[in-house]
Amino acid sequence: MLDVQNIRKDFPILQRKVNGKPLIYFDNAATSQTPQQVIDVIVDYYTNYNANIHRGVHSLSQEATDAYEQARIKIQKHFNAKHPHEIIYTAGTTHSINLVANGFSSLLQKGDEIIVSALEHHSNIVPWQMLCERTGAILKVIPMNENGELILSDFDALLNDHTKLVFVNHISNALGTINPIEYIIDEAHKVGAAVLVDGAQSCPHIKPDVQALDVDFYVCSAHKLCGPTGVGMLYGKEDWLNKLPPYQGGGEMIAEVSFEKTTYAALPHKFEAGTPNICGGIAFGAAIDYMNSIGFDNIAQYEHELLEYGTEQLQKIEGLKIYGTAKEKTSVISFNVGTIHPYDIGTILDKMGIAVRTGHHCAQPIMDFYKIPGTVRASFMFYNTKEEIDTFITALKKAVMMLS
Amino acid sequence: MSIEDVQNEIIEEFAMFEDWEERYQYMIDLGKDLPLIDEKYKTEDNIIKGCQSKVWVHANMVDDKINFTADSDAIITKGIIAILIRAFSNQHPAAIIEANTDFIDKIGLKEHLSPTRANGLVSMIKQLKLYAIAYQTQLN
Repeated sequence: MLDVQNIRKDFPILQRKVNGKPLIYFDNAATSQTPQQVIDVIVDYYTNYNANIHRGVHSLSQEATDAYEQARIKIQKHFNAKHPHEIIYTAGTTHSINLVANGFSSLLQKGDEIIVSALEHHSNIVPWQMLCERTGAILKVIPMNENGELILSDFDALLNDHTKLVFVNHISNALGTINPIEYIIDEAHKVGAAVLVDGAQSCPHIKPDVQALDVDFYVCSAHKLCGPTGVGMLYGKEDWLNKLPPYQGGGEMIAEVSFEKTTYAALPHKFEAGTPNICGGIAFGAAIDYMNSIGFDNIAQYEHELLEYGTEQLQKIEGLKIYGTAKEKTSVISFNVGTIHPYDIGTILDKMGIAVRTGHHCAQPIMDFYKIPGTVRASFMFYNTKEEIDTFITALKKAVMMLS
Repeated sequence: MSIEDVQNEIIEEFAMFEDWEERYQYMIDLGKDLPLIDEKYKTEDNIIKGCQSKVWVHANMVDDKINFTADSDAIITKGIIAILIRAFSNQHPAAIIEANTDFIDKIGLKEHLSPTRANGLVSMIKQLKLYAIAYQTQLN
């Protein structure tokens, strides 16, 4: 069982007021809040052992290097990667995706095919379009149904010998749909295609086992799971990471340099050019510790309760339509009320201290599918409460009254 | 009335309200009286970029004075643009170019002035002034 009142004490920001009202933070799918335990690690780093890593012989540098590499091992264990060097630190999910997309440009040929899903975030569409432009590969899309679920029979039909890569998010940011990545990975592997899963939305809710999934690449951002912004990771199978060329040139990523030839460093350093986000990496590890101290089973169970309660309460509001009604979904509710513009609702809710997302959620193809300009999106984390949902519902009713 | 006079009038009206709810309710009502843009001008070209909601603005000049019409798919945005247009319409281009927009702050809508704000109030003001600059060059 999860003691939400105690957990809330870990998050100083939840004590603050916005527009004179206690903050209700329902924009967790955009970024999660940071617990004191993670904030302390950040403060400790800059207070006590800030130094550049890997190169220094002095004590501070050793301490910082140890903490940074320990965090990598925490991340490795959390995702159950086989080796620590299969975890590449990046600036976040988008950076990770671009790293893989860039690497594949030397592996693809004209006529090769890449499959993405209709549920993708822009960051998961644009790099592949750019890759296709560079290589002459063809981009194919797995369509979705009215509930916001991928149509798997259509996916099966897209797979063939030309398929080289499949990219799909584990959970849709706009609708909360949990995609059947196990099936997608297995089927893609049957035709010899690699699979990259975008775990940005799943990592706060699910603990993926990359070896059990047999996924080739898995990416996420620390800030979605109570860590800081500007840091994330790319998991890649060792074989794949060795096949991909380096992404950026710079310090740290080289073994030997002369003007004739440079030998690249071994994994993971080959992909980690320059001074990394050292503090961010260490805090990422602390965030994973924090999440595990609460327990992903507890998190999933509690957030499911919030999702069911929130859905039930929202459905009582006349004219309210929920977008994304997949059987398997996480604690994200995207909705509109009648013809009221989502922006209007978001603005009024903000005046009452409630933070929600409005707009197309960087997933315009999904909005085009439903023929709407956008939605209001409320997304819950384990530190939210049913009482907050009640306050949100009352505020929403008031907003609808003002705007109708 | 000069732009400043109209702005002062708007400031006085908003001063009557005690809280944000009344202010927003009034703004929503003002949006309903917005001089609507002719459907034929509701084109992609006339959409103001930088708004989460769509805003269309059109301008025409009669007797050296500019009149604005507009529309938006969001009610609050409609209210904001209605306030702006009330201040800037039926004015000489030169006066619009020189006008300041501090009154937005004074009527308690300061939060909408941030350039990162999704409603794009800053873009709207810029667009109205661009129209004025364009018409001013016609007069010169």
